[in-house]
Amino acid sequence: MGKQILTRLAAVIPILFGISVLIFLLMHLAPGDVTDALLGPMATGEAKEKLRQAMGLDRPLVFQYLTWMSSILQGDFGVSVHTKRLVSEVVLPRFGNTVILALASLALALSIGFFVGMYAAAKSYSAFDRISMSLTLMIGSTPPYWLALLLVLMFSLNLRWFPATGMTSIMGDGGALDVAHHLVLPVIATAAAPAAIITRMVRSSMLEVLNQGYIRVARAKGVNSRTILWKHALRNALPPIATISGLQLGFLLGGALFTEVVFAWPGLGNQLYYSIVARDVPVVQAAVLVIALSFVLVNLTIDILNAYLDPRVRKV
Amino acid sequence: MVSEQEKPVAGMGPVQDRPTPGRARLAWKAFAQDRAALVSLIFLLIVAGLAVFAPVVSPHDPYEAVNSMRNAPPGSDGFLLGTDSNGRDMLTRLIYGGRISLVVGFAPTFLAMAISLVLGLSAGYFGGWVDQAIMRTLDVLFAFPLVLLAIAIAGVLNPGVSTEIIAIMVVLVPYISRIVRTSTISVTAQPYIEAARAGGAGQWAILTRYVLPNMISPVIVYSTTLVGLMIVVGSGLSFLGLGVQQPAADWGAMVSEGRVVLRKAPHVTVFPGLLIVAVSLAFNYIGDGLRDALDPKSIRR
Amino acid sequence: MPEPILQVEDLRTQFISRRGVIKAVDGLSFSVEAGKTLCIVGESGSGKTVSSLSIMRLIDPPGRIVGGRILYRGSDLLALDAEAMEKIRGDRIGMVFQDPMTSLNPAFRVGDQIAEGMLIHQDITPAESRIRTLDLLSRVGIPNPEARFDDYPHQFSGGMRQRALIASAIACRPEILIADEPTTALDVTIQAQILKLLKEVQYDLNSAMILVTHDLGVVAAMADYVMVMYAGRMVEYADVETIFARPRHPYTRGLLRSLIRLEDTREDELAPIPGAPPDLSRLPHGCSFAPRCPSAIGACTESYPKLHGNVDGHRVACHLEAEMGAPVARAGR
Repeated sequence: MGKQILTRLAAVIPILFGISVLIFLLMHLAPGDVTDALLGPMATGEAKEKLRQAMGLDRPLVFQYLTWMSSILQGDFGVSVHTKRLVSEVVLPRFGNTVILALASLALALSIGFFVGMYAAAKSYSAFDRISMSLTLMIGSTPPYWLALLLVLMFSLNLRWFPATGMTSIMGDGGALDVAHHLVLPVIATAAAPAAIITRMVRSSMLEVLNQGYIRVARAKGVNSRTILWKHALRNALPPIATISGLQLGFLLGGALFTEVVFAWPGLGNQLYYSIVARDVPVVQAAVLVIALSFVLVNLTIDILNAYLDPRVRKV
Repeated sequence: MVSEQEKPVAGMGPVQDRPTPGRARLAWKAFAQDRAALVSLIFLLIVAGLAVFAPVVSPHDPYEAVNSMRNAPPGSDGFLLGTDSNGRDMLTRLIYGGRISLVVGFAPTFLAMAISLVLGLSAGYFGGWVDQAIMRTLDVLFAFPLVLLAIAIAGVLNPGVSTEIIAIMVVLVPYISRIVRTSTISVTAQPYIEAARAGGAGQWAILTRYVLPNMISPVIVYSTTLVGLMIVVGSGLSFLGLGVQQPAADWGAMVSEGRVVLRKAPHVTVFPGLLIVAVSLAFNYIGDGLRDALDPKSIRR
Repeated sequence: MPEPILQVEDLRTQFISRRGVIKAVDGLSFSVEAGKTLCIVGESGSGKTVSSLSIMRLIDPPGRIVGGRILYRGSDLLALDAEAMEKIRGDRIGMVFQDPMTSLNPAFRVGDQIAEGMLIHQDITPAESRIRTLDLLSRVGIPNPEARFDDYPHQFSGGMRQRALIASAIACRPEILIADEPTTALDVTIQAQILKLLKEVQYDLNSAMILVTHDLGVVAAMADYVMVMYAGRMVEYADVETIFARPRHPYTRGLLRSLIRLEDTREDELAPIPGAPPDLSRLPHGCSFAPRCPSAIGACTESYPKLHGNVDGHRVACHLEAEMGAPVARAGR
């Protein structure tokens, strides 16, 4: 098993390298450059050129990349063009808030996904199955930002049950309960599409497993249907479910952006968006890097988990 | 929005020189039996038709703002679906919005499919270092959540429809390429490919006449479903202001505009969103219908 | 004559498909006694597998058992609720399936899968079940049981998996053993070993065995009684010697003729039965075999022949053979 882990870790390194190159190139291929943003539209060509030299922007790209990489690896993400603060101070706490939102959403999505999906698979072609499959299809086709706005309309503006923005109340104590209160609507909006996708995956993976010969053999032994479902079948249905869940978590870390923007949740997605608009390159780079890194890590973990679950791989 | 990883159906069986016309008709018959798919197709054709003939069918001008009729609710005098916060007719803007949304759904998917066919076929058919080189590079793109990457790309380019198209196209290439590759590998392993090689056919002939027609159906099914999802993603880009700009009519942008008047004029936000859901759902059903129609097991019926 | 352990009466099992109702089993009646082996023979689609699954009540939608009774020691299995049937399965009736490669759960250890039945049906501790499983493993001819208990299915060959599955099926010492084409998916060299094992196991338990097969060689080796099925119905039933020596139904005769025998010379042609098995959703009026039957007469297309039997218990469903014996009182159709 240890060898399995090492092989996968080794495979990840070139990807991490590729990610850094892509992020670096992304910002440097953008039309216009940071000197415009810094000096304003009135700046002369000369002034911009001087600033470029001072910032090292006239050196060859490879050199700029290496300088950038070495700073990153030392933990120095630079300074925000917009706020002049250390990027790491801005990005990391925000990432924490996004993680809270993402994990809560994943928990909700997994719970719904498992229970609805298992039940639909156990009672395939029943009314419940057909209705839930239609519902998941509809929810999966819904834009998350629109769903978020509908929730705000219904539960915040009209019913006043939940707050529409922010992570804590201005007047509140900022305690866990307050945060939870603010979490409800964003979590529902963020978890909707993943819940739909996970439900479908659970159902289809379970159905495929339930068609296997060994399930019939277990029934012929007299194993009761609940055990068949939750022990014999689920165990084999897990790998694709785990994979999809990992993908969803990664998506949540990045795509929760929409709900963060709508609900003004102080997370990394929110930060990323405003930094893109403001052309705050260092912040954008750092934010995308952090999100991509977590995505890679999550997928790596799921990959290792799946390898562990399969006795054929584990015992090699 | 990350789409489900579909498992491609293995090749349809040997296609002699090119798909016989009988097969296309059989596939259509099977497709037409799926009611949801048929209704969705009709719906989409209507939406597309309205979009194409927008100037003719729209009751008003999409940019004409009637100051006195701002935020008018649906059913107001002459404005069937009401007006937005600038006093522009919702129905007209929704019809015009279809143009952009459909283009943003189709164009990048189609372009990405073309690119992916080249990449995926090469990787799947030739294997070896070609495969490794292509897939490792695409793996880097895979390392980013789809929507995030689209936003990042769209964010660094100047706002506009072409930006949306480019961003979505780049983001889709890895996904479609993977499906193309898997399907190609499964078809290439079939005995009739080896038979074709033994018969002396050249690489190009094999690829175009034997491999391509047989591996394409899962790719088409997948891409069809992707169109629907990309309409949602594209609308998200517009919502964030990274795509079309004012005063152009686009469903995502309209939702964004409706935000400020959410309480007093919810219809401004609700209607465009409903359309997005409907169109995306339609593509989903069509994709499902296509999958069942092209499935070799059901063709034989 | 000893009381039969299992008595199937007028069993009907149907499947709903897009083409219509498929009558997979259409009025089947037979019985088995302890210690005896009944071979059910037929082509694919004859209903032999569906019959065996029906006895275990393992028929899933779109299939349904629509009529008949299955009497085990006098009580009707079809009248039991799901929970009661679960108690019977694995405990009183054991089943071995066709494909050993897909019949073991890849995620669990082989030993645990064999022990599972015992833990469900019997009041024993896991430690005891382990001991009994080790015993079973050696009983079915798996060497080094201690080590093999903890192995996973992918570490077993096809033949060994089937042995393990047999161990699993007999773990609770069932009174009835059903084997559905247990050797079809195995190498020829292994087939004989597995059949021998099944015979030994049956002898040990003195259980009734129902062996479903399409292979007349297996029938010759294993059967005490033979039941020939065609298109969901029984067409002939007799003890094994009689079936081979004096087959009366044209289909049975056709099957026997299509075998290659050692005494055949090069000049003798293979004689397959012409035509193809019928579409079970559109059975012909009259005898289902009539379209392919070389001896069909007018009556054969008009009505389905009743099952006729003589005092030896040899039963046939054929118009031509009807004169040979009086109709059996309450058999089949």
